[in-house]
Amino acid sequence: MKNTKQTSMKKWMGVVLAGGLLTSGLAQAEFDRASMLANTCVGCHGINGISAGPAIPSIGGLSQAYFIDSMKAYRDGTRPSTIMTRLAKGYTDEDIAEMAKYFAQQKYVQVSQSHDAKLAEQGRAIHSKSCERCHDAAGTVAEDDAGFLSGQMKPYLAYSLQDFISGDREMEKKMAAELKKVQDAHGDEGIKALIEYYASGKK
Amino acid sequence: MKVNLTRRTLLKASAASVAAGAMFGVSQSALAAGNKVVVVGGGIAGSTAAKSLKRLDPNLDVTVIEANKNYHTCFMSNEVINGDRDIKTIRFDYEGLKKHGIKVEFDHVEAIDTDKKQVKTKGGKTFAYDRCIVAPGVQLNYEAIEGYSQAVSKEIPHAWKAGEQTEILRDQLKAMKDGGTFVLVAPPNPFRCPPGPYERASLVAKYLKEHKPKSKVIILDPKDKFSKKGLFEDAWKRHYGYGSANAMVEWHGADAVVKVDAKTKTVTTASGKTFKADVLNIVPPQKAGKIAHLAGLTNDAGWCPINQKTFESSVKKDVYVVGDASIAGAMPKSGYSANSQGKVCAVAVYASLTGKTMIEPSWVNTCYSIVAKDEAISVAAVYKFDGEKIVGVQGAGGLTPGGDGFNAENRKREVQYAYSWFNNIVADTFF
Repeated sequence: MKNTKQTSMKKWMGVVLAGGLLTSGLAQAEFDRASMLANTCVGCHGINGISAGPAIPSIGGLSQAYFIDSMKAYRDGTRPSTIMTRLAKGYTDEDIAEMAKYFAQQKYVQVSQSHDAKLAEQGRAIHSKSCERCHDAAGTVAEDDAGFLSGQMKPYLAYSLQDFISGDREMEKKMAAELKKVQDAHGDEGIKALIEYYASGKK
Repeated sequence: MKVNLTRRTLLKASAASVAAGAMFGVSQSALAAGNKVVVVGGGIAGSTAAKSLKRLDPNLDVTVIEANKNYHTCFMSNEVINGDRDIKTIRFDYEGLKKHGIKVEFDHVEAIDTDKKQVKTKGGKTFAYDRCIVAPGVQLNYEAIEGYSQAVSKEIPHAWKAGEQTEILRDQLKAMKDGGTFVLVAPPNPFRCPPGPYERASLVAKYLKEHKPKSKVIILDPKDKFSKKGLFEDAWKRHYGYGSANAMVEWHGADAVVKVDAKTKTVTTASGKTFKADVLNIVPPQKAGKIAHLAGLTNDAGWCPINQKTFESSVKKDVYVVGDASIAGAMPKSGYSANSQGKVCAVAVYASLTGKTMIEPSWVNTCYSIVAKDEAISVAAVYKFDGEKIVGVQGAGGLTPGGDGFNAENRKREVQYAYSWFNNIVADTFF
């Protein structure tokens, strides 16, 4: 009799834990201002910040620092964009910090997309030489405080590089120097190769 | 520990949670499990609200009642009409919602008894609710134009609710002779998708330019201005000779079409002008979906007044109205608005069921319009609640730059972003 009681208590506790997770646990994760604000991003950037493409980038898993920097740069117009420069002006520093927290908790998922395997191989070599020091694991590590590269949407990668090279978008001096080296050694083909490599999703 | 997530287990689990909550000091009111939410209408607003509720609490009992087995998105349907897109790509089913544990009933809602808190269907079923979310979209007011009716719309389509209507208009455009005239009758404000008629004119002109260059599109509009007017007119000038003798797009504003002769496809405007069409597309004036009227949720203008922070009806308690049917302050009646509102409404319903304080809401809207090959324009806004109504956040949002700010590369990118928005919004709503 005593045993039975213990077992049922144990079972009950198990159910309690499961129930707690299923109700308050998940609910509390979504019932906050961070989720409310993030909800306004995911309509375009995808569920949990992972985009269905073809061009809008995935933002799930981005580091808080990079997310905050990007939003503020869109807001003050120092980073060019079609629509983000308009939308970012709608959010306060506090809002942006909440969103950043939400997306940092999501997991980055690489997209699988068409790419040129031969060019991608050339791109791998260029990446190792010029980019790897700051963009670890082909640019899939949030801790690098940079945008994701490998497995990111291909048109977005192309737009970004185009904007860096044209000077429309600022970049760090060491990146500018490396990009120039890539262009001097390989021409536009080198940039194309990098895009194909990142599009391949390889690390 | 292995937990079998059947509904019974969930119910038992939630009951245990209530007990455990009391025991461990968690407020019982925090648990919304077992409460019944009935969503009337499985369009963008209704489906998003249902999915969001399940994300907030998987133990909520959520039922969506929808008349059609498939939903065709109105957005991107203009690309179906001009042949750029297959209609299958804008068709979605409800398997995704079911996978989230949402019950989907294919039936017509005939009555909402807000006193007994019951929804009644044509199929004879009764659904009790704790909270009811009404998302019926718009109803077309055919009677506003003499000679037009639902029956006539089989020959003279509106194509403002996508699906069969979209296919009728697509087929008529395809069959039209070169040298033909496509007449598009635009509706008065407010209506679903404010830039929609003008995107449609643009995409029909794109098709004509490529396939039937002697033809043209004439827009007949009761309004003297319209969404993104400057940007549309600029694009029409550059691509379709707008304003010239050989214009492929003409716009005649501030003169409502009042009459149609269905046999000859001739329309007459208030000022007495007549236009004969080869293909005639009439988008009639609109009001909230029929069930909103039957349930007594509408005002004299035919739309649903709500508490704009929560979307609860101003008329009936425990009933919420989202999407096109609602009066949502500064927000346009768009697909993205409906999605954004569905999420905020779900949070409000969850808060009301659990006794929690509503989170400070935030909404967004982006409307892309594709105007030519490799060119799209957009309007965007971020919204907040100002204590009384939904207002745009000052200094944010606005239009794609035109004039001196024109940027061909960015216009091209906006096409790719429009397609990305489409893929992500339908996933967010239905998958």
